[in-house]
Amino acid sequence: MKMTGAQAILEVLHREKVDTLFGIPGGVVIPLFDALYGDKRFNMVITKHEQGAIHAADGYARSSGKTGVCVVTSGPGATNIVTGLATAYMDSIPVVALTGQVPTALIGNDAFQEADTTGITRPVTKHSFIIKDPAELLIILKQAFYVARTGRPGPVVVDLPRDVTVSELDFEYPEEIKIPGYEPKVKGNARQIKRVMEAIGESKRPVLYAGGGIITSGASEELKAFVKKTGIPVTLTLMGMGGFPGNEPEFLGMLGMHGTKAANYAVDKCDLLIAIGSRFDDRVTGKLSMFAPNAKFIHIDIDPASISKNVVIDIPVVGDAKHILREMLKYAKALDIKKWLKEIEDWKKSHPLTYEDNDGFLHPQYVIEQLYRVTEGNAIITTEVGQNQMWAAQFFKYIRPRQFITSGGLGTMGYGLPAAIGAQLANPEATVIDIAGDGSIQMNIQELATITQNQLPIKVAILNNGYLGMVRQWQEFFFDKRYSATCLKRDKRCPEVCCNPGPQCPPYVPDFVKLAESYFAVGMRIQKKEDVEGALKEAIRVDKPVIMDFIVCPEENVTPMVPAGAPIHTMISSKEDAEKYLLA
Amino acid sequence: MEKEYTIATVVENKSGVLAHIAGLFSGRGYNISELSVGETENPEYSRMTIVVKGDEQVLEKIQKQLNRFIDVIKVWDLSSLPAVHRELILVKVKAQPSLKQEIFQIAEVFKGKVVDISHDTLTLEATGISEKIGAFINILRPYGILEIARTGRASISRGIIKGRVKSNG
Ligand SMILES: Cc1ncc(C[n+]2csc(CCOP(=O)(O)OP(=O)(O)O)c2C)c(N)n1
Ligand SMILES: [Mg+2]
Repeated sequence: MKMTGAQAILEVLHREKVDTLFGIPGGVVIPLFDALYGDKRFNMVITKHEQGAIHAADGYARSSGKTGVCVVTSGPGATNIVTGLATAYMDSIPVVALTGQVPTALIGNDAFQEADTTGITRPVTKHSFIIKDPAELLIILKQAFYVARTGRPGPVVVDLPRDVTVSELDFEYPEEIKIPGYEPKVKGNARQIKRVMEAIGESKRPVLYAGGGIITSGASEELKAFVKKTGIPVTLTLMGMGGFPGNEPEFLGMLGMHGTKAANYAVDKCDLLIAIGSRFDDRVTGKLSMFAPNAKFIHIDIDPASISKNVVIDIPVVGDAKHILREMLKYAKALDIKKWLKEIEDWKKSHPLTYEDNDGFLHPQYVIEQLYRVTEGNAIITTEVGQNQMWAAQFFKYIRPRQFITSGGLGTMGYGLPAAIGAQLANPEATVIDIAGDGSIQMNIQELATITQNQLPIKVAILNNGYLGMVRQWQEFFFDKRYSATCLKRDKRCPEVCCNPGPQCPPYVPDFVKLAESYFAVGMRIQKKEDVEGALKEAIRVDKPVIMDFIVCPEENVTPMVPAGAPIHTMISSKEDAEKYLLA
Repeated sequence: MEKEYTIATVVENKSGVLAHIAGLFSGRGYNISELSVGETENPEYSRMTIVVKGDEQVLEKIQKQLNRFIDVIKVWDLSSLPAVHRELILVKVKAQPSLKQEIFQIAEVFKGKVVDISHDTLTLEATGISEKIGAFINILRPYGILEIARTGRASISRGIIKGRVKSNG
């Protein structure tokens, strides 16, 4: 069948089961948007900023397991998605970004709105294609989707010069795809799996350390079955949250910089660490040379390049987590590790996550605990970055995969709100809540309009501490409380230096309640502990977007904390601890 | 231990691939000390020989990262296999008429060739392993080297080896 390049692109999207697109038009992509005009197969969500579009596509992918798609114009449209590509790349999220490009004849001429999109995006994508010949259009699009979602998934860019989209071609979509340089391995080596099971059988103090790979591969059921059969305790990375139910007794909590003491002690003392779909990130390992010093390391991962990257692995298994866990399950037996479990239970009992709750302040942790109660643990939570993100990981129990959506690897402030748009569109029935910081929320605040216009009943819970809180915490702990550039209330009237938030401070800008109103959303301000539950219930009840401005304790800290570069059993909780640590 | 490694890789013969590969090295802080690129027996593929300095771990990381790229077809570490390495050099030296005979003789010892001649200069060509090329340069230095053009090495394994099965995430 004859069609234009633009029509063919839409036909491909349809065949790849894409029904939701995020983006903003521009000069060179007008033909593509023209083909979309009135096309009922697609919900084309126009965001207010391209960064919003790519994060929304990413949130759509994370919350559904499908591939997210965004469509932007050349030049500034393409450069605006770079942060979102890097965010998706760091967390291995399948996203296909279609970027307009100037006509092939003008490439390299510094044409209007020309940017070297493939060159700029190559280091932050799994692959970056440019289509220079209409004859390649179908095959490259097919490859793009295949590469984005298979193996270790990731974002893929397809750069589309204008002449390609207006050319005429014969639509013959390839059924099969073969890329000579790309053969992701799914099955694990049987001998290695046998060695894994032998090591597990011999271990007296095993710990499972699972990450985002569990969620990507859809292996949470298998992980749970394996844990229930063997009794091995589990800790999860930030990206792994929900990959094992947070309310099961074998769960130790998150590990790493803001992990639980039980998780970090267990990893420190284990004799066998079984890493599955996790990558020994520095926020997890702390001081590498002292990470799990007595342990043998097993690493199960789909990406051979992740294995022995930071820690030398004793037994590597390359392949898909689901597949390998299924094999492991065949040989799994109950382990005799009662003594170890008792030790862990004691750590859990004596070091629960806590916070000071009776000092008259409203505490952010309390807000999240209430959120968990009120939603009965059923909401999809997106987060911004900073303290809000860590509290969201610590105080909400994630029960199922794809429930916790956060920018882990890149730590992108401004991610949560647009990601919530994607999550709500992929899960129309779900309660979607962005747990936000007052700083981060302002980085993509314009997407409130997208939310309202698409009638998405997203709830935003701003934990308003008046600070770029996570940075302030580091300043409090390690920079002698010199709050340089972190106070968000600061204005021209303030003293030169100040580290004393109080009633004398200028009013907060903006007024989030009024802001909500101007976007036709419901705005609420909550200052007292006793008002939290009612406000949350009301917010969830109304079928509208809601912004809750929780005025929380300004100098609350995320604890425990492993100072950067320290071994993970070194956990501090206050400025005093930090001073002792720095002296030692 | 810091060592020199020779990596050979077969890649798709397309624009952007060289930048992709060079970006891997620069992005991760590895310095390419030699690089040669050319088409292979299959015009759809080109082959690169890349020389880097580093330790065993750096080598392993580079190989794994290269394998991750979808435009990379094969990767070998030719420092750990029996292999033939060749570099080509073109040297332009000062050569007054009275010295030309002497320089011809040097070229002969190195199995080199004269590829250009002018009143005051000679341009010589030689191929070989890096050490030989180095010695060639050293011996010509006293005459006055005007210009050098040197390729990176091109390397190939001896006999038949099985290409490593590629797997990427
Ligand atoms: C785009 C971006 N810029 C800067 C940072 C560095 N950073 C990390 S956390 C943080 C503070 C975030 O403040 P807020 O959103 O109010 O969250 P809080 O920590 O107070 O909960 C900053 C500036 C970042 N992660 N992302
Ligand atoms: Mg804040």
